[in-house]
Amino acid sequence: MLYLYDGALDVPKILKEWYEQESGSNYGAYIPFVGTVRDEDGIEGLSFDIYEPILNSWFGAWQERAKERGAVIKMAHSRGDVLLHESSYIAAVFSPKRRVALEFIEEFVEDFKASAPIWKYDLRGGKRIYALERSTAIKGSGILQ
Amino acid sequence: MVRVEFLGPIQKAPLELDITNLSELAEILQEDKEMHQWLENSAVAVNDVLVGSRDFTLKDGDRVALLPPVCGG
Repeated sequence: MLYLYDGALDVPKILKEWYEQESGSNYGAYIPFVGTVRDEDGIEGLSFDIYEPILNSWFGAWQERAKERGAVIKMAHSRGDVLLHESSYIAAVFSPKRRVALEFIEEFVEDFKASAPIWKYDLRGGKRIYALERSTAIKGSGILQ
Repeated sequence: MVRVEFLGPIQKAPLELDITNLSELAEILQEDKEMHQWLENSAVAVNDVLVGSRDFTLKDGDRVALLPPVCGG
């Protein structure tokens, strides 16, 4: 499942909800990744735009890949502003055994960074500044140049 | 008409264009100086599906989106 929230994520609540959703599913491993906004380069926080139609289809394809390996994947992400030391991103894999979950979470997060239609801005002086230098062009970009 | 939307940080209002393929869209956008920085690094989706070539036919009512470089998390 994919969960989008306005503002920072309530990490303990989300991790608990996901744990409870799968507590009777006979998975042996629950591997969460929690992304937290760090205090660096003088930023006040981060801000995010999301294009949901393509995010939904991208995530749906990953759900199918997880299913083929007997696993379940869940993801939560923030829209709008997230301040220092707050969380904007959680991904988690449940699987029968730990090896699949450990491998899958890495593959998933790497592709998330390269492909998910989410745009990041630094918050400085109350303004949103697009983080171009930390962003990745989606595969196949540039066909209109 | 084809609706063209510019996502994320591209500060440009949507366009309604009478075009029949992505090559025509490329010609129009290449004339817009503010778009130069985005054309080389943006992906293109038609009706919310990413496409890999500008040799792509458009029909009335199609929606085109330009997706600049991403950074979730």
